[in-house]
Amino acid sequence: MVGVVSYGAYIPIWRMSRELMGKGLSGERSVAGKDEDSLTMAFAAAMDCISEIDRCTVDGVFFASTTSPFQEKSAAATIAAALDLRSDVFVADFAGSLKAGTSALKAALNIVKAGSARQILVTAADCRLGAPGSICEQTFGDGAAALLIGNEIAADLEAEHSVFDEIYDVWRRDIDLYVNLWEDRYIYSCGYLKVVKEAVTGLMSRTGVNTKDVAKVVFSVPDPRRGVELARNLNFDPKNQLQNPLMDVVGNTGAAQPLMLFAAALEESGPGDRIVLASYGSGSDAFMFKVTEGVKRLKERKRGVKAYIARKKMLRDYITFLKWRKLIKIPEPRIDMSVSYPSAVAIWRERNRIYPLHGVKCKVCDTIQYPPQRVCIKCQSKDNFEEVRLCDKKGKLFSYSFDPLRENVPVGLINLEGGGRILLELTDVDAEELKIDLPVELTFRRVDLRREDGMYVYFWKATQIRT
Amino acid sequence: MAGVRDKVAIIGMGCTKFDEHWDKSVNDLVVDACYEAFDDAGVEPKDIQAAWWSTAWSGELGIKLAYPLKLNFIPVTRIENRCASGHNAFIDACYAVACGAFDLVLVCGAEKLKDTGLPIPGVSDPVELYTSRVNPRFLAVSAYAQLALRYFHHYGIPIEKGKRILAKIAVKNHYNGSMNPKAQFQRKITLEEALNAPIIAWPLGLYDCCGITDGAAAAIITRADLAKNYRDDYVLVKGVGLSCGMYHPQVQDDWSVTYVRENVAASKMAYNEAGIKDPRRDFDLAIVHDCFTIHELVIYEDFGFSPRGKAKEDVEAGTFELKGELPVNTDGGLKCFGHPVGASGLRTMYEVYKQFQGKAGQRQVEIRNQRGITHTCGGNPLESHAAGVVILGLRGV
Repeated sequence: MVGVVSYGAYIPIWRMSRELMGKGLSGERSVAGKDEDSLTMAFAAAMDCISEIDRCTVDGVFFASTTSPFQEKSAAATIAAALDLRSDVFVADFAGSLKAGTSALKAALNIVKAGSARQILVTAADCRLGAPGSICEQTFGDGAAALLIGNEIAADLEAEHSVFDEIYDVWRRDIDLYVNLWEDRYIYSCGYLKVVKEAVTGLMSRTGVNTKDVAKVVFSVPDPRRGVELARNLNFDPKNQLQNPLMDVVGNTGAAQPLMLFAAALEESGPGDRIVLASYGSGSDAFMFKVTEGVKRLKERKRGVKAYIARKKMLRDYITFLKWRKLIKIPEPRIDMSVSYPSAVAIWRERNRIYPLHGVKCKVCDTIQYPPQRVCIKCQSKDNFEEVRLCDKKGKLFSYSFDPLRENVPVGLINLEGGGRILLELTDVDAEELKIDLPVELTFRRVDLRREDGMYVYFWKATQIRT
Repeated sequence: MAGVRDKVAIIGMGCTKFDEHWDKSVNDLVVDACYEAFDDAGVEPKDIQAAWWSTAWSGELGIKLAYPLKLNFIPVTRIENRCASGHNAFIDACYAVACGAFDLVLVCGAEKLKDTGLPIPGVSDPVELYTSRVNPRFLAVSAYAQLALRYFHHYGIPIEKGKRILAKIAVKNHYNGSMNPKAQFQRKITLEEALNAPIIAWPLGLYDCCGITDGAAAAIITRADLAKNYRDDYVLVKGVGLSCGMYHPQVQDDWSVTYVRENVAASKMAYNEAGIKDPRRDFDLAIVHDCFTIHELVIYEDFGFSPRGKAKEDVEAGTFELKGELPVNTDGGLKCFGHPVGASGLRTMYEVYKQFQGKAGQRQVEIRNQRGITHTCGGNPLESHAAGVVILGLRGV
C-alpha cells in the first residue's frame, strides 16, 4: 500500500491580531518573520516531518507554493540540499494554483505506487500578499506542511479523484504583487462549492464509502462559513466531521492549507479512521485515506500543527508587518550591511557548509570545527578530517550581543552539543530573553540582503528552543 | 634572532589634532603630520630614503603617501593590519633600518573616516567566508560586548558592578584627554555620566566606546648610531612584537573569550627583546588600545600589569590613573584622543616620545624607568586580532 509515512507542519511564531488591520476584526493570523519565506517555512515543516527518518530512504523532494521566492530556480533543490540528501534525489517544484500542494501530493503518491521511488517528501508553503486593507490580507496566513509519502504507513491511500476548472476567481498575474479576487458570491456558487463538491462526490462514488463512515473531512477553506456550507452540501456533519480550518488562529495558508489541515486531522485521528481531503484552486484534488496503527508512534515525536499553534509571539504593530514584507520603503540604514554582492561561485563552492551546515571533525584530535578547515585549530593536522552535519544539533548560547546600529538583531556564539562552535544570528527571540547557556536550536532562514543585490541567500540562525 | 633593540631611533614625530576634520582631506592630514615630523627631526623630505604607509581604508598603494608629499620615486610600502596597521608599519620600517637597508625613513599613518560617516566594513566578514556573504555581520562594539559579558560571567562580576569598573576607565581617559590639546574629546566626565549614558551594545554604553575620527601621525626613524646627529633627546626602540590570531574564538569551541591571546603573545615578544621582567614596574607609562573600555581592562591582565581576574581591584585602587603606579593612556587613549585607525599606532608612540622629552604639559608623568609601552590591536574578540606592541626607551636603559 502507498500512503502517508509521516507528517510535519510549520507555523511561524509571529501572529498579528486582526484588530491591527481593522477595528472589530476578530482572531489572529500567522505572519512569516522578516527572515522567512515559503522556502524556509517548507524546510522547517520538512524537518518536523522527517526528524526520525533515515534520510537515505528519501528519493524525492517536492515543493509546492504560489509564492516561491524564485520564479526561476528550484526551491525544492535548496530544501534537498539543506536536508543533506543524496544528489540523485528527484526534485520538482509545483506552482500556479492553490491546489499545488495536493498536486504534489498526488504526483508523489503515484510515483511511489509505480515503484519508481521509495519515499517522496512533499512540502507546501505559502506566504501570500493581499493588498493592504483587503479581506485577503486579513484572512491569509503564512505557514507550511510536509508529508512523507511511501510504503511504511500511517495512513493508507484508498482512493483519489481530481477535477479541473477554468475560472477567474482568485488569481495573480506575473506583474501582480497582490492576489486578485472576483466577487465572492460568484466565487463560491460557480467555483468553490460546485467544484469541490464535484471532486468529493466523484471520490465517494469511486470508493462506495458512506459519508457517515468518514471520521474527518479536510477541505481547503477560504472562508469558514463556506466550508460549513460545503460539508453540509456533501452530507457531512460540519460539527463533528469537518476539520477546523484554523482561520481564527492561523488564517488561510494557501497551497499549504489542505496539507496542514490534513496533518492536523492526523494528529487527532486514531487507527481505522477514514479521512477525506479535498483542495481547491482551478479545480480540486480529492483523496481518501485510512489511518493505520502507524499513526500512534508519530504523534509523540512531532511538533505538528498543535504545538506550532501554541507557541507564538504577537506583532506589536501593523507597520512591522509592512516592513517585513517590504511593502513600505524605508531608507537603507546608514551603515551598509551588504557592501558587495554575494558571490554565486562562493555559495556554490561552500554549499556543504552553508546548506546542511557541515563542519569537520579532526581524525587525530576529534575536535569539531566550523567552518570546515584544512588545518586543525587544535593539533595542526592537515587535510585529515571527516565532514559532520551540524544543523540538527541543539546547543547553548555561549555569548551574545545586539546593538541599535544593527537594529538590535542579536548575534551570538553557540556551543553545539557534542562539540563545535558557530557564530550565528538569533531569530524569533527578544533581546530580554537572552542569557548565557540559553538552550537553542538552529533554523534555516533567509539572509536579509539589499534588494539590489539580486539574489536571496539562505543560512542558519539560532533560536530559543520552545517545545 | 637579532631583533631591533637599541638599533633604531625615533628622531622626529608629528601628529595632527585628531578630530572631525570636515575641512581637511586625508592628503592634508598626511602633509600636516609629516611636515611636523620633518621639522621636529630637522630633515627635508628629500632626505627620506624609504617610507611606510599605514592606513586601513584611506588609500591603497604607496602612492597615496608619495603623492601628497611628492616623495620622488622612493620605495613606499603600504601596510594594512586594521587597527594595528600603524604598529605594523613602524615595526617593518624598524627592521629595514636595523638591517642597514636604509638610514632615514618615514612612517606615516592616516585615516579619514568622517567623509563617509562610518565606512568601516567592520561589519565583519569571516576570512574565508567572505564572498558568499551568508554569515552574520556584526559591529566591533557587539564583539567587545560579548567579551565583556564573558569576562564578567567568568569572574563572577555582576553586570552592574562590571559597568562601574568600565566607567572608571572611561572617566580616567576623559580626565587625561581633557589636558590634551590634540585630543578629539577634551572634556572630563563623571562616573554617573558614564553609567547613565545610552547603551550602544549592552552592556557597553556610549562612554565605553572610542571616537570615530580623522587624523594622521608620522615618525622619522634612523639608525641609533646616527641619531645623535639629529638631536640629543632621541628615543630608542627597545622591543617590538606582533601577533595574529586564527579565528580561534569561533573555530575553537573551548576558547574562553575572556582575554586577548594576541596581546599576550605580542607583549611577550616585545618584553623578551626589551628585557622587561616586571611589566607593572618597568614602565613609566603605557599607551594601549582602549577601543572599548573592556579591552583596556583585559589588556591590564594580558600585559601582566595585573594578575588574571584582578584588574578590577587595580582600577578601584587608581593604579592606572595619571598619578597612579603605572599611568595608562595618559593622552586620553582612543577613548578621547580618537581613533583614525591607520594613524592610531603612531599616535601612541607620539605620546611616549613627547613624555620622554618632557613635553607633555599638564599630563607629564615622572620618567624614572625610561621605558614606555605602546600598543594597538585590530580585529575583535569574535574573530580574533592582530596586536602590535612597540616598547620605547631612552639611552642607557
